[in-house]
Amino acid sequence: MARHRNVRNRSYSDDFDDDDVYGHSVEEDSCLSPSDTAQFMYDRSRNQQAISHFLESHDNIQEEAEDEVDDLSHPPLERRESLELRSLKLSEDDETCLMSCLDELRNVLGDSFSDNILINAALNHKFDYNKALDEILNKNSNDNDKKKEEPVKQPPIVRVIPSIDPVSSNNIPKVISTNLEPKSAGIIKGFKVQCSDSSGSFSQTPREQSPASERASTPRIEDETKTTLKVKENKFDPKKQYINERGSDKDHIYIVVIGHVDAGKSTLMGRLLCDLGEVSQKTLHKYEQESKKIGKQSFMYAWVLDETGEERVRGITMDVGKAQFETKTKKVIILDAPGHADFIPNMITGAGQADVALLVVDATRGEFESGFDLGGQTREHALLVRSLGVNQLAVAINKLDTTNWSQERFDEISKKLKTFLKQAGFKDSDVTYVPCSGLTGENLVKPPSEVELLKWYNGPCLLDVIDKFNVPERPISKPLRMPINDVFKGTGSGFCVAGRIENGVLNKGDKVLVCPTKEMAEVRSISINEMPNNVAFAGDQVSVTLSGIDMQNVSVGFILSDPIQQVPVATRFEARLVVFNVKVPITKGFPVLIHHQSLVESANIVKLKSLLNKSTGEVMKKKPRCLGNNSVAVVDIEVSKPICVERYKDVKELGRVMLRVSGVTIAAGLITDMYNS
Amino acid sequence: MKLVYKNIEKDGSGNISLIPEESEDMWHAYNLIAEGDAVTASTVRKVQTESSTGSSTSSRVRTTLTIRVENIDFDTQACVLRLKGRNIVENQYVKMGAYHTLDLELNRKFVLQKTIWDSVALERVDMACDPAQSADVAAVVMQEGLAHVCLITPSMTLVRSKIDMTIPRKRKGFAQQHEKGLNKFYDAVMQGILRHIEFTVVKCVIIASPGFVKDQFFEYMMQQAVKTDNKLLIDNKSKFLLVKASSGFKHSLKEVLQEPSVISKISDTKAASEVKLLESFYTMLQLEPAKAFYGKKHVERANEAMAIEILMISDKLFRCQDVQQRKEYVALVDSVRENGGDVRIFSSMHVSGEQLDQLTGIAAVLRFPMPELEDSDAEGDSDSDDN
Ligand SMILES: Nc1nc2c(ncn2[C@@H]2O[C@H](COP(=O)(O)OP(=O)(O)OP(=O)(O)O)[C@@H](O)[C@H]2O)c(=O)[nH]1
Ligand SMILES: [Mg+2]
Repeated sequence: MARHRNVRNRSYSDDFDDDDVYGHSVEEDSCLSPSDTAQFMYDRSRNQQAISHFLESHDNIQEEAEDEVDDLSHPPLERRESLELRSLKLSEDDETCLMSCLDELRNVLGDSFSDNILINAALNHKFDYNKALDEILNKNSNDNDKKKEEPVKQPPIVRVIPSIDPVSSNNIPKVISTNLEPKSAGIIKGFKVQCSDSSGSFSQTPREQSPASERASTPRIEDETKTTLKVKENKFDPKKQYINERGSDKDHIYIVVIGHVDAGKSTLMGRLLCDLGEVSQKTLHKYEQESKKIGKQSFMYAWVLDETGEERVRGITMDVGKAQFETKTKKVIILDAPGHADFIPNMITGAGQADVALLVVDATRGEFESGFDLGGQTREHALLVRSLGVNQLAVAINKLDTTNWSQERFDEISKKLKTFLKQAGFKDSDVTYVPCSGLTGENLVKPPSEVELLKWYNGPCLLDVIDKFNVPERPISKPLRMPINDVFKGTGSGFCVAGRIENGVLNKGDKVLVCPTKEMAEVRSISINEMPNNVAFAGDQVSVTLSGIDMQNVSVGFILSDPIQQVPVATRFEARLVVFNVKVPITKGFPVLIHHQSLVESANIVKLKSLLNKSTGEVMKKKPRCLGNNSVAVVDIEVSKPICVERYKDVKELGRVMLRVSGVTIAAGLITDMYNS
Repeated sequence: MKLVYKNIEKDGSGNISLIPEESEDMWHAYNLIAEGDAVTASTVRKVQTESSTGSSTSSRVRTTLTIRVENIDFDTQACVLRLKGRNIVENQYVKMGAYHTLDLELNRKFVLQKTIWDSVALERVDMACDPAQSADVAAVVMQEGLAHVCLITPSMTLVRSKIDMTIPRKRKGFAQQHEKGLNKFYDAVMQGILRHIEFTVVKCVIIASPGFVKDQFFEYMMQQAVKTDNKLLIDNKSKFLLVKASSGFKHSLKEVLQEPSVISKISDTKAASEVKLLESFYTMLQLEPAKAFYGKKHVERANEAMAIEILMISDKLFRCQDVQQRKEYVALVDSVRENGGDVRIFSSMHVSGEQLDQLTGIAAVLRFPMPELEDSDAEGDSDSDDN
C-alpha cells in the first residue's frame, strides 16, 4: 500500500506543476483546464502507472474471483458510479423507471435493504412498485426464518456479474492506449467502490439496524471486513482514523431549524441555549438591556442567534445562525434558518448541511394558519428539507402559551401537519410533535411544569426529542467533497473557506483541488465549530485555511475535491424532477435559478424528455409539451456556467438540485446523468 | 433611425436609404440586413500605391462601396454592426469582387437593397424610424454579492455591468467582515451606475432586489453622494425607483417589468408588454392547454385552422440564413394577420424574447381549443433537438 501513496503523491505534484505554470489563465467558461488537457496528452510516466495499476487491479479480481459478491465491488473503474444500473444495460426509459421505482421503495423501506435487492425486485416486476415491495418484504420474512440460505437469496448479484466482465475486459486495452484519466486513481477507487456503495445504499450504523436488515445485508458486511483488512495496511485508513479521533466522542448532529417567519425559531433556540447554560448571564443581561432600548425586548433570546445589526433592528433572521450545545448522547449543532421568503436561498444553504430538521410552528390562533396556507413558508420549508434529503423531523408546536396550553389546538395543528408531512414524504414514525413555548421556556430542557400542559402531555421535552434523533452514517471512506458556503479572511495569514464535508476525510496539510476551476490548494489548518483540529470527517462543518490559491479565485458554491478522484464538472445534466405547486407550467426554455448546495446559478430547462407516472415511475409521455403541478419528469438542465455536480446515485448530497423561479421553489431534482461538452 | 428614401418596386424588390442615429439603430439594421442583400455605405479603405520608383506607400481613403453581404456580425455590447462581402460596383480603389468589411457608422447614410422587401422587413423600418419609440430605462437587479446594471431600450436589454463578489457570511465574532464586504459590494454597484448610466437619457433608474438589499444599497449610495458631494446622484434622486425582485440574476428583470409601480412609470415599453404577453401564454397553458401552442409545426397547424389570436414570434427567426425558412415565417405572420390575429415580434434581446427563443421562438394563444398534435416526431423537428 505504501506504493499507492507514492503514486498518489506523484500525481499530485504533476497536477500541481501544471496549475502553477498555467496559473490563473483558466477562464471560467473555457472547456479545458490545464489539468484536463493533461489527461489527454500522452505522458509516458503516467502511462506506466496506468499499466501497473491495471495489472494490479486485475490481480484483485482474480484473487477474489471465488467470491461473487466481492467481484461486484471491483467493477471497471470508470464505471464505478453507474455500477448497478449501467451494468444492467437498461434502456434510458427503463433506467428512469427503475430509478423512480427505487426511490419509491426507498421511501418505504428506508436504507435497510441493499440496492441490489431493490433493483432486482423492481426488475422482476417490471418496475411495478407495489409488487416489488411485496416481494422484498416477503423475502425478508423468509430470510428471518432461514438465515442459512442467505447467499442463495442474492440472485441480483449473480445476475449482474456476467454483464460486468465483458465491460471490464474491454476496458483494459482501451484505457491503456488512450490514458484517459489520471491512472493512479484507480487503485484507490478499486477498494473504495464498495464502501461508497454500501454507505450510499444501506446504513451501517448499528443502532439503525433492525435484525432483519442486518441479515439481508450479511454478505455485504463480509465484504466490508475484507476490504477493511486490506485497507488496514494503509495508515490513512479513514475509518480507523475516525475511530481513533472520534471513537470516544459524542456523535455530532446538525439540526436545521425551519418554519414560517416569526414562528419563534430564534427565540426557541436562544432560550434553549440559555437554559443549557451556553449563554452567560452577563451576555443575556446585555441583550435584554439593548433590545429594550430599541423596543425589541421580545427578541432578546433571538439575539443569541441574530447577530448582525440589521437582523436585530428588523427583528428577523436574515442568514443562518449557528450555535452548539450537548445532550446526553450528542453534540448538537443548530442552524437557525431565516423564515422570511426572501431569504430562502440562505435557508437552503443551511438545510443542505443538516442531518435532521426542527420545524417550528406558531400555535397562536390565525398565525399557524397564515404560515401554513399557500404563500406561507411552513410548507415550502418542509418540502425543501425533505427534498434536500432530511427525513427525520421534530415539530415544535410553539407559542402554546398564547392558547393557554390548549390540547385541542395542539391536536388540531398536529393533525393538519401530519397529513401534509406525509404527502411531503416524511414517514409518520420519523416525525415527533412537541408542545412548547420558546419565550417562557416551557418543555424545552426540562419536563413541563405548566399545569395546563401537564393535564394532557407526558411526552418528552424538546431536548430529549433532539437527543433521540438518529445520526446518519458518515461516508468517510468516499473521496473528499466539501462544498464551500463561505469565503472569508481568517485571523491569521491566508484565507478561509467554510462548509460541510459531505464525503471523505480532510487532514491538515492535504492538497485539495478547488473545483470547478481545478486549482490546487493546500490545507493550512482546519477548525471544527471554531476549535482547531488536525483532521475533519464527512459530516463535519469546518472552516479551512487554504494556501496556494488566491482568495479572488474561490467563490461560494465551489467544491474542495480529492485531487485524484475529482468531482465531476458539468454545464448540462439530466435530472428527474418532482414539480411542486406551480403557478404556470414548466416548458422547455424555462429560465430558473438552480440551487445546488450553497451555489445559486441561473439555468435553463432545455429539454423535457419524459413525463413519468408518479407512483410507478413508468414513462407516461415522451417529450411532454409542459409539466404541470405535482408531475414527475425527466428533463435536461443547462447551467450558465460549469458547476460541480454528482449523480444522485453516487453522492446523494451533491446529486440534488432545487429549482426556483421568482422566489418560489418550483421543483426538486435528482441528477441522473451528466453531459460532457 | 432616419428614413432618407424608400424605393420599392411592385415585385417587392428595391432599396431603402437610412441613417442610423443611435446605437439602438444598429440593432434594427442587424435585423434588416440579410445575407445576399446589397449594402452601399461610406467606408475607409487602406490603399497601396506604388510610385514610379517602385516604393509602395499605403494610405487610407474614404470611399463609398457597395457590397453583396456574405457575413453579418453584431457586437451587442458595443452595438457595432460589421458586414463582410464582395464589392459589386466599380470603384476607383477597390476591384470588383474584392472582399471588404463595412462597419456601419452612426450618422452616416447607408442604402440597403433587397430582392424582396417582405412585410416583416418593412415593419422593422417603420419601427426603427418611429421617434416615439425611444425612452430608455436603467435597471439594477441585485442580491447580496450579485448585481446586474442594465439598460433597457425599446428593443434591447443590455447588461452594462455585472458585479459578482463573494461576501463573507455572518459568523460568530466576525460580523464586521460581512458588513465590510457588503459595503465594498455596494460601492462597486454604485460605481457601475455612475459609469454606465447616463442620467440625461434615462427616464428612471429601477433598483430591484429581494429583502432589504435595495433599501440598504440606496441608503448607502445616497450617503456616499452627500459625503462626496456627487451632484449627479443628488440631483437625480427622484429618478430612482425601488422595487422587489426575487434575485440579482438578469431573469428577475421579468418580475421587475411586471411591477405596477414600474409599469406606471415606463408605460407601454416593448420590454414590459412582451413580458406580459409571454406571461399570458403561460397562464393559458396552465388553464387551457389546448389553447396555447408552441413550436413551428403546432403553430402552423393552428394557423391553418384560423385559430390564432396572438402570435408571438422572436425576431431571431427572421435572421436565419435560410431564405426559405424566413419566407415561411413571414408567410405565417402575414397569414395570421390576414385572419385577424395579432402578431407580436419579440426582441430576442429582451428577457422574455430570450425565453421565447428557448421555447422554439414561436408561440401562440388560440381563440378556441384545438386537439394536441400527437406525433412526437413532428414535435421533434420543430423543437429542434439539437440546440
Ligand atoms: N408568546 C410567545 N411569543 C413568542 C414565543 N416565541 C417567540 N415569540 C415571539 O415571536 C416573535 C418572533 O420571534 P423570532 O424568534 O424572531 O422568530 P423567528 O422564527 O426566528 O423569525 P425569523 O427568523 O425572522 O423567521 C418575537 O417577538 C418573539 O418574542 C413564544 O413561545 N410565545
Ligand atoms: Mg429567526
